[in-house]
Order: sequence, then C-alpha cells, then structure tokens
Amino acid sequence: MNYAALFRATLPETALEIAALLVLVADLGFLRKAALEIRAAVAALIGVAGCAAAVWGVYAAGWAGFSAGSDQLLAAGGSAGVAQVAILVLTALTLLLLIDTDFTRNAGEYVAVVLMAAAGGLIISAAQDLLVIFTGLELLSLGLYILTAFAKKSEKSAEAALKYYLFGAMSAAFLLFGFSYLYGLSGYTSLPRVILGAYMASATGASPLLFIALVMIAAGLGFKIAAVPFHLWAPDTYEGAPAPAAAFIASVSKVASFALLLSISYAILWFPGMLHMAGHVTVKFSTSPAPVTPGFVTAWPLILMLLSVASMVFGNLAALAQSSVRRLLAYSAIAHAGYILLGLAFFSWSNLSAQAVLYYILTYGLTTIGAFGVVGVVERATGSDRLDAFLGLHKRSPVLAAVLLVLFLSLAGIPPLVGFWAKFNLFAAVLGVSAGPIPFALVALAIAFSAVSLYYYLQVLKRAYVMPANDESPIHAHPVTLAVLIAIAAAVLVLGCFPALLQSWIASFYPAM
Amino acid sequence: MLAWSIYISFAGALVAALLPKGKPAAARWWALAVAVAGLAIAIADYATHMGAGREVIVDVPWVPSMGVHFLLAADGISRVLVLLTGIAAVAGVLFSWNVELRTNQFFAFYLALIGGVYGVFLSGDLFLLFVFYEIAIVPKYFLISIWGSTRREYAAMKLVLYSFVGSAMVLIGLLAAYTTAGSHSTTLAALAHAGLPVSFQMWCFPLVFVGFAILAGMWPFHTWAPTGHVAAPTAASMLLAGVVMKLGAYGCLRVGIGLFPHGLDPWGFSFIGLGSWRDVFAWLAVIGIVYGALVALVQTDFKFVIGYSSVSHMGFVLLGLMTLNQIGLDGAVLQMFSHGVIAGLLFAIVGRVVYDRTHTRQFSELEPMHLSRRLPFAAWAFVFAGVASMGLPGFSGFVAELQVLVGAWQANPWWTIVSGIGIIVGVAYIWRAMQKAFFADTLPSAHELESEHAHKFDPITWPEIAGVALLGISTLVVGLYPRILLDSIEPAVKALLAGGAQ
Repeated sequence: MNYAALFRATLPETALEIAALLVLVADLGFLRKAALEIRAAVAALIGVAGCAAAVWGVYAAGWAGFSAGSDQLLAAGGSAGVAQVAILVLTALTLLLLIDTDFTRNAGEYVAVVLMAAAGGLIISAAQDLLVIFTGLELLSLGLYILTAFAKKSEKSAEAALKYYLFGAMSAAFLLFGFSYLYGLSGYTSLPRVILGAYMASATGASPLLFIALVMIAAGLGFKIAAVPFHLWAPDTYEGAPAPAAAFIASVSKVASFALLLSISYAILWFPGMLHMAGHVTVKFSTSPAPVTPGFVTAWPLILMLLSVASMVFGNLAALAQSSVRRLLAYSAIAHAGYILLGLAFFSWSNLSAQAVLYYILTYGLTTIGAFGVVGVVERATGSDRLDAFLGLHKRSPVLAAVLLVLFLSLAGIPPLVGFWAKFNLFAAVLGVSAGPIPFALVALAIAFSAVSLYYYLQVLKRAYVMPANDESPIHAHPVTLAVLIAIAAAVLVLGCFPALLQSWIASFYPAM
Repeated sequence: MLAWSIYISFAGALVAALLPKGKPAAARWWALAVAVAGLAIAIADYATHMGAGREVIVDVPWVPSMGVHFLLAADGISRVLVLLTGIAAVAGVLFSWNVELRTNQFFAFYLALIGGVYGVFLSGDLFLLFVFYEIAIVPKYFLISIWGSTRREYAAMKLVLYSFVGSAMVLIGLLAAYTTAGSHSTTLAALAHAGLPVSFQMWCFPLVFVGFAILAGMWPFHTWAPTGHVAAPTAASMLLAGVVMKLGAYGCLRVGIGLFPHGLDPWGFSFIGLGSWRDVFAWLAVIGIVYGALVALVQTDFKFVIGYSSVSHMGFVLLGLMTLNQIGLDGAVLQMFSHGVIAGLLFAIVGRVVYDRTHTRQFSELEPMHLSRRLPFAAWAFVFAGVASMGLPGFSGFVAELQVLVGAWQANPWWTIVSGIGIIVGVAYIWRAMQKAFFADTLPSAHELESEHAHKFDPITWPEIAGVALLGISTLVVGLYPRILLDSIEPAVKALLAGGAQ
C-alpha cells in the first residue's frame, strides 16, 4: 500500500479533520472565557476555512483516486469530484448559518462534529469498496445523530435524535447484512469485483441471495435518502433538530448518499456497459446474439423505481396536510428524493444521467439550506415553525420574504429558477435513456405531482405575502445570515437564468467522451 | 428592437419592487412609463414591419448541451399580439391608478406578468416559450389573492392550479416531442421539421392542445376563468381576459397546430360522429360559445356576466383554430386581438368605473341606483363596449367573428349554425346587463334624490377617460379598417398552414 498516494487521495478529508481539531483547540483552549457569539463566529470561520482548504485539496489531489493493489478503493474526478466539492460548499453554508443561533453553548464542538461528518460524506462519495463505504457511512451517520441532539434544552431535539439513531442503526444493520451476502457470493469487497463476481455467479443460475442482498442495500440506502417506506425518521428529525443541523442533514447528507447510489449504479452497469462497447466491435465479425443481461441488472432499477414512485406519491400527498413548515420541508424532501430516484432507475452508462442527478441534488441541497435558514430566523423570532408563524413576513422582513419566495418557487420547479432546470434536465435524461411507455408514464407522474407540490409551497408563500398579520413587529436577522440567504437566493436565480453555467462546471469533472 | 419590450418589463418590475413603500404615486408613474415604453416599441415595430415575414430578433445558445436557444422571433401573429399586450398593459395601469395598498408590489407583479406575456408571444424556442409561459403564472396568483375581491384566495389558488396542471401537460408533451425528435434542438423550427411520427403526433397533440386550451378557457376546463376574473382586481381581470387567455390560444396555435399538424388528421374511425381530434375540439369550442353565453344570461353579478362572456368569445378563437383554413385562422387571431381589447374595456367599466364607486356588482342593488344619470360616462362607455362585444359592424368583433364563422362553414356548416345561437344569446346578455345596471326604468323618488345628492359618486378621473379612449379607439380602428391587422396576420397564417400541411 502506497501511503503517499493515500495521503494525496485523502487530502480533502485530512484538511477537514485538521480543521476540526483546530476548532476544538481554539474553542476549548483559547476562547474559554469569550462570549458565545465570538466563539461561534471563530469556530464557523475556521470550519469554512477548512472547507475551502478541502476544496483546494479535491483539485490538488488530481483525478487519480487511490487503489490498493489492483482494487480501487477511492475514486476521484467524475461524480465523486462533483459531489465532494458540493458537499464542502454546502457544509460551509450551513456553518455560516450557525453564527446567528443560540441553541447550544458548545459552538466549537458542533463545528467539529459537522466537519467530521462532512469528511464521512467525502469518503462515501468516492468509495469504491464495501468496507470503505460502510466506514464512511458510519462516520457521517454518527455525526448526524449527535448534531440532531445538539439542542440539549429541547426535548424535541433529543426525541428526534433517538428516533433517528434507532432507525439509522437498524438500516446500517440491513446494509451490512446485504454487504456480507455480496462478499460471501463474490469473495471480494471491491465494488467492480463484487459485481463481476455476481455476473459469474448468475451465469450458472442467479442466486436468490443476490436479490436479498440488493433489497437489503436498497433498504439501507433508502433510509439515508429518506425514500418511502424508509422515511419515517425524516419528519421528526427535520422538526426536532436545530435549524443548521437540519439544513446539514437535508443537504450534505443527501448529496453524499446520492453520490454513493451513483457509484453503485455505475458499478452495476459497468459490466454490461463494457459488453455493450465490445459488442459494437464483435458485431462486425459475427452475428452472435447480444449478451444476456443477468436478472439483477434489471432488479436494481426495479427496486429504485418502486422506491421512487412510492416517495413521489406519498411525499407530495403527505406534505399537503402539514401545518409545520419543517415537516412540510421533510415531506417535500421525500418527494424530491423520489424524483431523483427516477433518474437513477433509468440510468445510462453514459455520463448524462449521472450529471442530471448531480445537477438536481446540488441545486436541491443549495435551495433547502436557504429554506432552513429562513425557517430558522422566523423560528427564533416567533418561537414556532407553524405555517402561521410566517404570517405577514413580507412586512416583518421584506428581504426574508423575497428569499423565501425565490427558494420555494424554485423547489416547486417554476422557471426561470434553477429548480425548473434541475427537473427538466433529469426528466429529459430519463426519457433519453429509454423512451418506452413506462419511463414516460413515470415522468408524467412526476410532473403531475410537481403541480401538486405547488399547492403546499404556495400555502407558505400565501401566509408570507397574502394573509394579514396579527403581529407586525419587524424581524431582524444577523447580517451574516442575511448575506448567506441573499447569496443563496441570488444563486438560485442566476443559475436558473444561465443553466449552462452549472452544467458545464459539472461536465468539467468528467473526462471528455 | 421588439425584444426590449420583454427586458424593460422585467427591469421595470424589479425597480417597482425596490421603490419606497410610502410613495404610491412614484410606483404608478413608473409603471405607466414602462407600459407606455412597451407599447411604443410594439407600435413602432408594427408600423415598420407591416406585412413583413418572420424575423429572428435574438438567437443565442442558452443551454448548449441540450440545444436550447434563447431565440426570439416575430411574425405577423406575434406582432399583432405584442401590440395587444402593449395596449392592454397601458390600459391596465390606467385603470389601477387608485390602487393604494402595497402599490409598488402591485406594479412589480403586474409588470412581471406583462414581461412574461411579451416573452411568450416572441419566443421562437419551445422551452423559452414554456419558461415565459410559467413566469406568467405566479404573478397572477399574488395579484388576485392580495388585491382581489370576492373569494379571492380560493379563486387565485384555483386559477394557479388549473394553469399549472395545464402547463404540466404541456411540459410532458414537450419533453416527449424533444426526445422523440432526437434531443438535438428545441427551437420551434427545428422541431417542426424533425418529422415527428404521425402516431406520436396523434397522442401528443391532444395533450399539448388541452394543456394550453385550459388557459384559453376551453369548455369544460373553463371554470377557473369566471371565478378568477371576478375575484381579480380590475387590472388583473383586464389582463387575464385580455392577454393571458390569449397565451393559451397562442400556444394551441403555435405549438399544438404548428408542431403536431398530423394530430388533427382523421383517426380512421368515427365515434358518435367525431372522426378526429379536430372534431372533438371544434365541438368543445362550439359548446363553450353557447354555454358561456347562456350562463352569462342568468348571472346576478355584473362581473360574472363579463366573465362568462369571455368563455364564449374565446370559444370563437378555438373554433377558428380548428377550421384549419386561411379565413378561419385569420379570424381566430383577429378575435384574440378584438376580444383582448373589448373584454379589457368591459372589465374596466365594471370593475373600476362602476364597482369602485358603488361597491356592489349585484344587479338587484345596481338597479335602483339610476347609474345612467349618475354615471353617464360609465353608461355610455358600457353601451359602446357592449355593442362592440355583440359584434356589430364597425367594431373589431364583427370582422373577427364573421371570419371565424365563414371559415367554420367551409369546414363543417353545423359548427356555424350552432355557434350562431351563441351570437344571438350574446346580444341578449349584453342587453340585459346594460338594462339592469344602467337603464333600469324607474324614476327616482324625492327621498332617493336627496340621498343621491348627499352621497355623490367620485368624479370620473383622467386615467379612466384615457383608458376607455385607448381601448375604444383600438376596437373602432380595427373594426373600420381591419386590413391594418389582417395584412400582417394573413401571410403569417399562410406560412403556418403551409408549414403544417407538409
């Protein structure tokens, strides 16, 4: 094993860990007697600096990745690179939201845990090995459980963390169970080799164990992305967690988990993709029949498709009935996960699908951080996240109301905001992979449900803009928070008006085809 | 140059939103300046391109990887509708001169809506068109729900959800057309020449057509229109009836018929006398004409009369589209312009001139008010607009509806015969409304005279006179000299039919 190469490949993670330690040293060592605001600001700034250093690390590490022997452990560039940069940027944004919160007195510890969890996210977006995946996932998840519980004075926070932890531990067990079957069937832990082994095994008759393994893995990852029916934790956690932590869970953890799903989908399609390419060559020499695709290559998309439909339908319908904005965002997150899963279910070997999925999850993550930022400010001013807490927001804080308007309309997919292009990109990619009646019907379903979603997003905007307020005292947000929120809203608008910007940035991570 | 009508509207909306709250006058004058600038651009362009063919204004790659272009183009149909938008926009500002509540926000949403409408009429790229189409939806919600009246939140939500469901159907159809055509380009010209398979057009056409027709108020998807029109503030109902419903009809024409011409071919079998989508939609349009007129005849609310009359008149547009011949399509486009102006005028009189003074729209309460004596301006303006709406010669409605009916006769005489009922009822409901609201035949008692003296209505203001004059002159000019618009419409329709027929 080449440790120099390992260090190079894990530069971003290393940068985050060093920043985490620095935060602890600064906070517990030098600033013990300082005011909370100063400690929070210093911790957040060190965290942001760490994220910036890690972004530099992603680029500095090059697109080499890391391999032990002939097995790749960590990928680099491509989807992994995009997801890593996105995770770091989103983490930095959630850290900046911390400056204006008072849910904890231990700002330094909070930032350190965030950075470590983000490092876990970086690892799983690049991981190509079952064990590395599991380690990264646990690093991320443990951080998230702690972050959820961080508001020690709030009972809701503790309840949410416990629920999250119990569901999470169970899903981790499912995932590990599935991984163990894969290892048992193939004798390897490296993703491509596992899949290759599965191909070999299915050549002599598909083993039912393989399908069990796939279902277990889907269950484990379905929990991470809050897909129905593994979504039960999401509304409670989104409601109970402190606002910056909820924003982190809703964005960074989602990006990382979808990046992992992308790796798995790639791995499953890798072998038929190779055969397909080889097929082009052999067809010229002989008229041999196309290679038969083993059952599990069709089983995996089928599982994702079922999760997708269930999430779209249930998420959107349940969101209609919510009176808490956080829960509404949780159910809308479930619905958005459903749309993205559709992109993964009709996945293509070319990079177009992956880029569309990444485009969606990136812009969704960005938007949802902004949404939680606004909810956080309103919550501090009114003490509640009920729909009625947003009454008259346009008078109480015109800027916050305008930000909310942009973000929620983007989530609903109204052009020219970025959410529209994300949906358009994704659905065009789905139909580009396969234009049969089933993908078409599913895309139609997704579009129909995004029409439904406009109703509940408008419920919030209606309170902010239309209905009369019973309290018209102005709401003041911290200038940093306000600046972050305005920047996010501006990004949503600008990226929506120039959709090619983000697209070409994502494409720049992939080797030219 | 025409592209600037879009840019200045959006820039104007942004500035209006940032104007100080306490100065409604500044917002008003600003909005008027922006709307007038848009109208000036539209008129100047129209005057210099009379009868000219299709012209590409801007063409920049927007999303190169998907072949989406920021492509603005104008032909005769677009220019006429842009002209209509300019007129309606200026008139709308004039009739919202008395908006005092959150004036700057009102005009910000108003100008954003106008910008979206200009954009739709000028888009030469399918997805650009869709983007502008959706941009026009959201401001409507806020305009109605914040500044509206009767059941405004219900009406606003209903309108937005209807629009959004319609646009969802359109989006599905567009994505399907884009991928079927090979995912290379989304410009209308490229898609029209992509050779979409006939079987594909057969199912995609009704999807897209109905999606757009929902916004055009096609029966039975029209129910958003009367409630929306009634609840909306005056300027918004003028825009809704005047230009937003035209967005739907324009989409039906440009996208539905333009991209999927074979969707109108016969099915090869007939079911209860219907042999193609063309028959289906034409009969729905005819039903809309008659139904809208009959329902308008029994309303007790003045504004509902006008709301249902819009459904009836938009039926003529859709019927004209389904004739698929030169004269019918000419009539449909002319009817879009004509109805835009006349409906705007009717809504302005009912919503602004009358309602803002009497604070009621119920005929039973208007009848004893002797409005013909107390508001003679409103009474005579309504007589003028009503006569135009009935389709009397000399007004734009006559030329437009006549052409549609002639075109429909050539296609299927039964369409003309049944729609004729709608025209007759159209005379009746306008007559009834006129009589009940203004000319109720009772002499005032001495007591009533006294209270009328005590509660004098506010005098008619100059913006109202200017607005009525603008809209009135527009319908009169087009009615007396229809060539002024038809010279532009005819070549454009000819090109569209030729493109669709191949």
